[in-house]
Amino acid sequence: MDEWYSLRKLKLARIKRFLSAFVLYSILILLTMPIVLMYLMLFLQSISDELIGLIPRRLTLENWYFLANGYIKVPGTAGTYYPNFYLVAFNTFLLAITVGCLEVLLASLAGYAISRYKFKGRSQLLALILILHSFPGITLLIALFYVLNMIGLYDTLIGVLIVKVALDLPLGIWIMKGFFDGVSWDIEMSALVDGCNRLQAWWKVVLPSVRNGLMAVLIFGFLSGWSEFIYVLTFISSQKYWTLSMLVKALTSEEFVYVSPGVTAVAAVLYMIPVVLFFLFAQKYLLRIQIAGKGAL
Amino acid sequence: MLNVIKFKRIRRAYLAAFLVPSMAVIFLFFLFPVVLTLLIGLTDMTFSFEWHWVYLDNYFQMFSDRWAPKILFNTLFYVFSTLALFNFGTALLISLITNHINEKVGAVFRAIWLLPRITPSTVYALMWLWATRDEPTALFNWILTGLGLKPVRWLWYNPPINWLVVIAVNGFVGASFGMIIFTAALKSIPEDYIRAAKVDGASGWQLVRYVELPLMKWPLMFVAAYQTLSLLTSYEYIFLVTNGGPGLYTTEVWALYSYHIAFSQYAGGGRLGYGAALSTILVAIGLIMSVIYWKLFRFRELMIEPKIED
Repeated sequence: MDEWYSLRKLKLARIKRFLSAFVLYSILILLTMPIVLMYLMLFLQSISDELIGLIPRRLTLENWYFLANGYIKVPGTAGTYYPNFYLVAFNTFLLAITVGCLEVLLASLAGYAISRYKFKGRSQLLALILILHSFPGITLLIALFYVLNMIGLYDTLIGVLIVKVALDLPLGIWIMKGFFDGVSWDIEMSALVDGCNRLQAWWKVVLPSVRNGLMAVLIFGFLSGWSEFIYVLTFISSQKYWTLSMLVKALTSEEFVYVSPGVTAVAAVLYMIPVVLFFLFAQKYLLRIQIAGKGAL
Repeated sequence: MLNVIKFKRIRRAYLAAFLVPSMAVIFLFFLFPVVLTLLIGLTDMTFSFEWHWVYLDNYFQMFSDRWAPKILFNTLFYVFSTLALFNFGTALLISLITNHINEKVGAVFRAIWLLPRITPSTVYALMWLWATRDEPTALFNWILTGLGLKPVRWLWYNPPINWLVVIAVNGFVGASFGMIIFTAALKSIPEDYIRAAKVDGASGWQLVRYVELPLMKWPLMFVAAYQTLSLLTSYEYIFLVTNGGPGLYTTEVWALYSYHIAFSQYAGGGRLGYGAALSTILVAIGLIMSVIYWKLFRFRELMIEPKIED
């Protein structure tokens, strides 16, 4: 009797566990569905002429043909309305890589000083960096627009570059300081004893031991430059300096009037690929920084 | 003695070499613009960049601006509903569920939720614009008609539906921040606590309510506070998806209004002075909240003295 009872209880518990797992999975899948479906839609659109919901009317690679020379043709007109895709992609890459490199350089210099030196005003400086790190830089758009116009950097990629670096730097410095704090003083000391000066010791001994931190800041800076939209929109007026965010935005606004959605989807997919690759291969660096960082929202 | 002075001078030169480049950039393109926003807000500057002082006129103008009350209401509504529904609510739900199911499956779902955050904003907005088109063949309406429901005109003038789209667009990006923080917090709860509660016969819900949530008090507060500021000042996705419309200022928020006043090519744009005054309010809120975070969330404790003194 007792045995039967406990067996029944066990069975009930199992059913209960199954039911609760079923409910949990259902909620999770329902919530996640819109994201998955939208990414699927974008990908399918790039390889089909027209989508009925998620079903391609006809699969085709025609959307990708414009990559032969980078010219995005506007049906019904002779010329092209958009800058060459490869020029735009090159601009984007240039901006991203320079933002990444400059941020790594400046952040690792300043992070090192804050981690290693004791100087007057150090704690005030650290407080300033932490406060700026949670301050929303986007609210400074108008003032930055004024500054760039005054120093002649309006409508240049250098202007966008320097604004991006300045606004990302507090986070970068904070991350690098954390990594430098973890490096033991002994190896650095031995370099100094061996006759290196501080800069040499920093370059030859300390930097190699914070490789993870350098990678994290580099990747973060690269992606932040690669995806930038508002600053490019506001500080760039010539098409020759467009980045992919501007091109995708323009193709979105003019969709179905000028350019087939398939071509737009191809541009969007190509724009997204480096980001997704970084995400897959550098997740451990990125997660670390996403938590420390303010993120887009 | 001379040696000590020389040593100190060299030390100072190195310190400068390390610090000055960053500080120069941060000063010129971050700190100075904070002050500049305040100053431009006291002028009626246009694209000719003339400093014509009108002092507090821009702030008086805010009170007589017939759209300001609506936009203020929009902003509060947008910030708190997105926060409650997604950046806080969905984030908590996802992290709790993925923490209670199979470890690997949970990680896959969390990775999917990170996608919107890392996707370039223009691509992400493009997907939403396509999914919410009017035609029955567009993704969302295709699903609705497939389920036997009527298609919806998502981006025609219909404030409740328009807001639903705007909140979802931002929320699917915003949820991942809380998700990461909450998941880290859940993982750091000692296994013993959970086991003890289970031995005492706690159900799944009781475990969450009486063990996990109380232990996550600080992360929960942190995410709520941090995300309030982010939502208040970010307008990129609204700009890309509805641009404040459809109709007049239906989904316009304060930060986007400031952008439109300053940079819109249509009538009413090009007023850098008034735009900067509108921004100044956000800058002030941003500064105050940043200082509060720094005090509240024990950032101070992070500022330990340098390990090495030389």
